[in-house]
Amino acid sequence: MNCRAEVLEVSVEGRQVEEAMLAVLHTVLLHRSTGKFHYKKEGTYSIGTVGTQDVDCDFIDFAYVRVSSEELDRALRKAVGEFKDALRSSGSDGMGQISLEFYQKKKSRWPFSDECIPWELWTIKVNVVNLANEQERQICREKVGEKLCEKIINIVEVMNRHEYLPKMPTQSEVDNVFDTSLKDVQPYLYKISYQITDSLGTSVTTTMRRLIKDTLAL
Amino acid sequence: MLPYAMDTDLSSQDRKDLDKFIKFFALKTVQVIVQARLGEKICTRSSSSPTGSDWFNLAIKDIPEVTHEAKKALAGQLPAVGRSMCVEISLKTSEGDSMELEIWCLEMNEKCDKEIKVSYTVYNRLSLLLKSLLAITRVTPAYRLSRKQGHEYVILYRIYFGEVQLSGLGEGFQTVRVGTVGTPVGTITLSCAYRINLAFMSTRQFERTPPIMGIIIDHFVDRPYPSSSPMHPCNYRAGEDNGAVYPSVEDSQEVCTTSFSTSPPSQLLGPGKEGGVPPVPSQPAHGTQADQERMCTPLDGVHYSAATPSSSEDTETVSNSSEGKSGSPHDLLETIFIRKVGAFVNKPINQVNPPDSPETESPLQGSLHSEGSSGSSTGNTHDDFVMIDFKPAFSKDDILPMDLGTFYREFQNPPQLSSLSIDIGAQSMAEDLDSLPEKLAVHEKNVKEFDAFVETLQ
Repeated sequence: MNCRAEVLEVSVEGRQVEEAMLAVLHTVLLHRSTGKFHYKKEGTYSIGTVGTQDVDCDFIDFAYVRVSSEELDRALRKAVGEFKDALRSSGSDGMGQISLEFYQKKKSRWPFSDECIPWELWTIKVNVVNLANEQERQICREKVGEKLCEKIINIVEVMNRHEYLPKMPTQSEVDNVFDTSLKDVQPYLYKISYQITDSLGTSVTTTMRRLIKDTLAL
Repeated sequence: MLPYAMDTDLSSQDRKDLDKFIKFFALKTVQVIVQARLGEKICTRSSSSPTGSDWFNLAIKDIPEVTHEAKKALAGQLPAVGRSMCVEISLKTSEGDSMELEIWCLEMNEKCDKEIKVSYTVYNRLSLLLKSLLAITRVTPAYRLSRKQGHEYVILYRIYFGEVQLSGLGEGFQTVRVGTVGTPVGTITLSCAYRINLAFMSTRQFERTPPIMGIIIDHFVDRPYPSSSPMHPCNYRAGEDNGAVYPSVEDSQEVCTTSFSTSPPSQLLGPGKEGGVPPVPSQPAHGTQADQERMCTPLDGVHYSAATPSSSEDTETVSNSSEGKSGSPHDLLETIFIRKVGAFVNKPINQVNPPDSPETESPLQGSLHSEGSSGSSTGNTHDDFVMIDFKPAFSKDDILPMDLGTFYREFQNPPQLSSLSIDIGAQSMAEDLDSLPEKLAVHEKNVKEFDAFVETLQ
């Protein structure tokens, strides 16, 4: 199956990186999370309720909606924090990208471990700019806010194409499709990784350890 | 009979479900849009157990007045070809100028998707579309305007059903499509047309004043409407209690689907219905909302408690600032405005100031009120003097009763320290002098300990 890939690009100031990334990642995950499944007899299941909340950005004139789940928020903040630190400490021109990949697990026979088959990949390319004075920063606040509005519209447009989504799983298969480790919501299985582009233009791949519990066949 | 094309292929149960889904989707759409323009951050809680009252598996509160208005506009019909449900968002200044900002349209076209499963795929896609709506309502220009509403302008909404009217948006308006969902009877489309020419007012103009209340009222009668859709002067009467409680869930049949099946559709109905989806009367829904209110910003928590007393106070403050137009329709406007202000204000009523009054008056009014209440407690000479304008440095508008000015006044004259008063001071001084030799002797004995302590510090 082909993996659907979307790329978004943003230019931000250093202190805006975190909020901009969180805004995009949360918007994607809002659309890719459901309530918790509760399986009942005879193959039926009911779905819990997803709450939402508004988040105001401090460094950008922007607000977005995220799923009301502290666990999910923490996981994303951790990932984005590491990306931001890597960007800062790499000494590069401040270019990098962070990727959010949704995948399905396919059980393999022993002795092979499970396959992870991606079905959707979101990549956010970031270019960090340095600004000289407060006036430029103020303009940047507004401009980045407007850009992020455009990104949200792009994301929503992709989501509403109603392209491939994994089939709703049976109870035994649910962990191959969804991340069931959170207690209040259930996103599709995802992983976040990032790359920093150093000044020579080559990519230094740094894949983060998985943010979900990894079950190995072996 | 609704003019759906070729509906013979759809089973009657599916058809009923689809109609229900579309109806509740329309109602939830209105809730999301209006709540996004109230001027406050929205927060609802996720719940891992389905409650049976959360349509589309999303925690979207139902403001009963909004539901009522939406149902009134729909009048028992559903969006269909040529009959769209529209939510118009506009801005009204304190001088009475108004301007349409956005029109959100829920439309249906003829393109049918016969193969799609109603109870499962359509439902989930409608849920996805609501999530998209949540996201998109925060990115149009009206969102930021609505977060800053307060003294100088308010945001209003109007729901109508029928043909979409975009002429009020000015030239060059832009459209954003939120999304579409195909169904066997047509394709549902949700979009927003928004004004970009905010020529006569910029957002900067409204950044000076911090908003003290977020108001949405659902009518305005001072603009002509080109279309035939009826205007709704909300005819609440002053005597009518705010407890015109609108039922949030009317029939016991209006329960959302909470059971899904991974088995073929024929098995869905039996277990799903048996799955104990309870007939939901209004109480559990309110219960859920009450929980959400406790956790999050009290969106309309004051709504129910701000009954007639506050409304009458508002009458005095707001009607004083009326534009001087006479005539009963306008009085009706003012009356209705007042009622709604009481309904959605989330700050204590005595902070509501008439929009026309110059800003410098409000700190004065605030401090007068607070001085009135706390002045007596200090019981000092201030009572004999005329209150003057006292604006301490760095204090902001008086929002809280206990503000910087009050604090200054209360603590400007603290009581004397007892040890400094002469009589007591003299007594204790003599005692101190007497006990001095004893204390010195004790300290000399412990010299070694003190030295060791000093060593540890170095």
